[in-house]
Amino acid sequence: MMAWAWQRFHPVGLNIRRSADEQLAVALVWLLAALLLVFLAWPLASILIKAVEARDGSFVGLDNLLALLTEPRLLEASWNSIRLALMTLALVLPMALAFAFALTRSRLWERPVFRLIALAPLLAPSLMPAISLVYLFGNQGVLKDWLGDSSIYGPLGIVLGEVFYTFPHALLILATALSVADARLYEAAEVLGASKLRRFMTVTLPNARYGLLSAGMVVFTLVVTDFGVPKVIGGQTNVLALEAYKQVIGQQNFGKGAVIGLLLLLPAVLSFSVERWLARSHGAAMSGRSVSYQPGRNHVRDVLLGVCCSGICLFLLAMLGVAIAAAFMKLWPYDLSFTLDHFDFDQVDGGGWLAFYNSLKLAALTTLVGTAVVFFTAYLISKTPAPRLPANLIRSLVLLPMAVPGLVLGLGYIFCFNDPAHPLHGLYGSMTILVAATVAHFYTTAHLTVATSLRQIDAEIEAVARSLRRPWWTACLRVTLPISLPALLDVARYLFVSSMTTVSCVIFLYTPDTVLASVAVLNMDDAGDTAPAAAMASLIVASSLLATLLINLLGWWLNRHAQAWRTA
Amino acid sequence: MQVRHILKPLATLVALLAGVAHANTTLTVYTALEADQLKAYQAQFEAENPDVKIKWVRDSTGIITAKLLAEKAAPQADVVMGVAASSLLVLAQEGMLQPYAPKGVEKLSKQYVDTAKVPSWVGMDVWGATLCFNTVEAAKQGIKKPESWRDLLKPEYKGKIVMPNPASSGTGYFDVTAWLTLFGEKEGWAYMDKLHDNIAQYTHSGSKPCKQAAAGEFPIGISFEYRAAKLKEGGAPLDLVFPKEGLGWDVEATAIMKGAKNLEAARKLADWSASRSANELYEKNFAIVAYPGVAKPNGFIPANYEQLLVKQDLSWSAKHRDRILAEWTRRYDGKSEPKK
Repeated sequence: MMAWAWQRFHPVGLNIRRSADEQLAVALVWLLAALLLVFLAWPLASILIKAVEARDGSFVGLDNLLALLTEPRLLEASWNSIRLALMTLALVLPMALAFAFALTRSRLWERPVFRLIALAPLLAPSLMPAISLVYLFGNQGVLKDWLGDSSIYGPLGIVLGEVFYTFPHALLILATALSVADARLYEAAEVLGASKLRRFMTVTLPNARYGLLSAGMVVFTLVVTDFGVPKVIGGQTNVLALEAYKQVIGQQNFGKGAVIGLLLLLPAVLSFSVERWLARSHGAAMSGRSVSYQPGRNHVRDVLLGVCCSGICLFLLAMLGVAIAAAFMKLWPYDLSFTLDHFDFDQVDGGGWLAFYNSLKLAALTTLVGTAVVFFTAYLISKTPAPRLPANLIRSLVLLPMAVPGLVLGLGYIFCFNDPAHPLHGLYGSMTILVAATVAHFYTTAHLTVATSLRQIDAEIEAVARSLRRPWWTACLRVTLPISLPALLDVARYLFVSSMTTVSCVIFLYTPDTVLASVAVLNMDDAGDTAPAAAMASLIVASSLLATLLINLLGWWLNRHAQAWRTA
Repeated sequence: MQVRHILKPLATLVALLAGVAHANTTLTVYTALEADQLKAYQAQFEAENPDVKIKWVRDSTGIITAKLLAEKAAPQADVVMGVAASSLLVLAQEGMLQPYAPKGVEKLSKQYVDTAKVPSWVGMDVWGATLCFNTVEAAKQGIKKPESWRDLLKPEYKGKIVMPNPASSGTGYFDVTAWLTLFGEKEGWAYMDKLHDNIAQYTHSGSKPCKQAAAGEFPIGISFEYRAAKLKEGGAPLDLVFPKEGLGWDVEATAIMKGAKNLEAARKLADWSASRSANELYEKNFAIVAYPGVAKPNGFIPANYEQLLVKQDLSWSAKHRDRILAEWTRRYDGKSEPKK
């Protein structure tokens, strides 16, 4: 974004001979563009190729697609996916809207606590709520009677699990949408005599419609592409994401898996384009003259919202807590005494403690490599005279992962790197490939965070460094990097937690040596070892939480010691 | 100049790493054995063959079979151990196995070894169908103990039975082939149609139905005798039921892959797998092992267990595997809503 600013200082433009350090920057930009091509564009392209290939690799055109379309089970699975996603939406959007409203438009003192609890599901793999549901509403569940005659195994369980899993994602978007409000609109409405309800309907909701739409799209995509919840609690209900898993892992039928991967890409691509289109037509809600809205006193509103939020928090805590509690109990429901036996992972399938250590390793590597790559890429394309072709390539590639579900990216990786003819075939089955896939999967959010922070830094810093004949890395390491530290910590926390919990992106890529904790949860549940699965999921939550706390602590310390200039 | 500076230490590093890798042979072994059995087998084999290390790739029978078939062009496995003979016969038909007669193979019971002159696969033990019946839940829900496969069709068991998915589980597959053998092709499918109405879930693994029965999640699990006996031993309120029409079964066997990268070490594992000392370990888990005279009676499994097994032809199971699984998947997989 800052390239134009840089060019202002180089009116002669391309004719200028680049200094040695700039040549290095150019080389690095090309290198990073190449990396993104190899680890992002190539795997995605190989899905397209696999989709038109038979098992033996010969070209079959649309046969795979046609074969699938005529299978009634696939149509049923597609219909289930859509239906369940819509049901989840119908539940999660009002919940998240009310919650976001309470966080931004009430004077409840509990708001920080509510916020913390509401974001807790981000720390858990999507399998965890499903395991909790088995303990709560399964045939031996403590609350089985609540369901009457219906069974938790099936649509009901899937929807409840997905509500837990998608709630914080919807909440974050809606809370951001609601937090920008122009008080002048409310004043005008009040002066014109609009009732409270009318003000909500005509001012609040229209202003939040962009947020609502984008939250809806995110939730829909998450549900359609998640297979953790349906795998554990789906019973005989088949969904598209499960079908892709069955085709690729169960039957090693890559062609059919690729076609399903493409189908799963549809809702994501659709929502991505709608969102881009909206973003262009949607004007800024806050202009220079806006007055930020301060919620007034309103007891009825606050009490209602408080009750509503407490209810939601109770649901979220129950879904998290039951699995943790079950991890420490001997034999649910016959013997509830305390035990640590279920943490003896080496006695059951799934990979044992190795899986947990591997996950920590993956999370640490992803955090380090990911944060560094994301920062330097964003820096080089915005603050140095990067050549237009690779810079534009990078700019469009980094937005791609947002539209690609983890399951689809994982499929792309297996198709791409499992091919013995691929020059990087040697990476297949290594930790490197897992790190690359995870970084690629979470790239967009990380990039946008860094890019936003870099945009706030004056371009003249680089110009001054240059006029002082200092190479760009001096300006970068001494000035820009320290200023961007808070944003980098955000990225680090996001990458760590995401790589601890992701299942869909890595399920196709692990080997016995690189098995991961989230995958172990899935495999243990598959083998019927539900309590150890709950124990492993609890460990994931604990380590995500610990990492979050540590990073927050580091941020607080930095804020006090290294960021004093911000307040000076 | 500069390039050479970088290359030299790099070359040294590669040489070093390669040296480490070759000090011991690492054997890649695909297996469907249970996780709690692998440790003991590996420890005993590595104690007897200190220069070979085993790297397991473990999954359910169906998945391991699919993986092996998918890797036909470039096999990753050296040895397949503890995989259903009906699956190994499929691989043999595809010409993917390296025939080899392990030391002492002549001492093993003939019916559990490949009939070819130089056998492609050699049996380890037999595992067979067993119903896990949760007595506590049954008393609570007022259901009677089933005695036969036919009993499972009674309306009182609706939504109370779990069985493994035959496409992923070897246990599930021998249940299906046994019904087709016992009742005949047409009657067999008719039986499964009716059974399907009573099934609450088809699970990924053959152990899970019994574990779910043990936890009381579903009172009846169609599983196999090792898991059932193990869970009962651990204190689960289970009765083991051996349906009177006859039990499906398969042989867990070992085979060497054609094109194995470590053929020498692969033969050592095949030799060990057929040895008395290995069979003494299998005996701890199974009532019937390939080495005659090693098996001991197990308190939870009847002494005449071997006579309860159906007379069925494993090569028939192998030959029709694709067709039977396609038909089963078409009829039952993911087509129904969960039972209420």
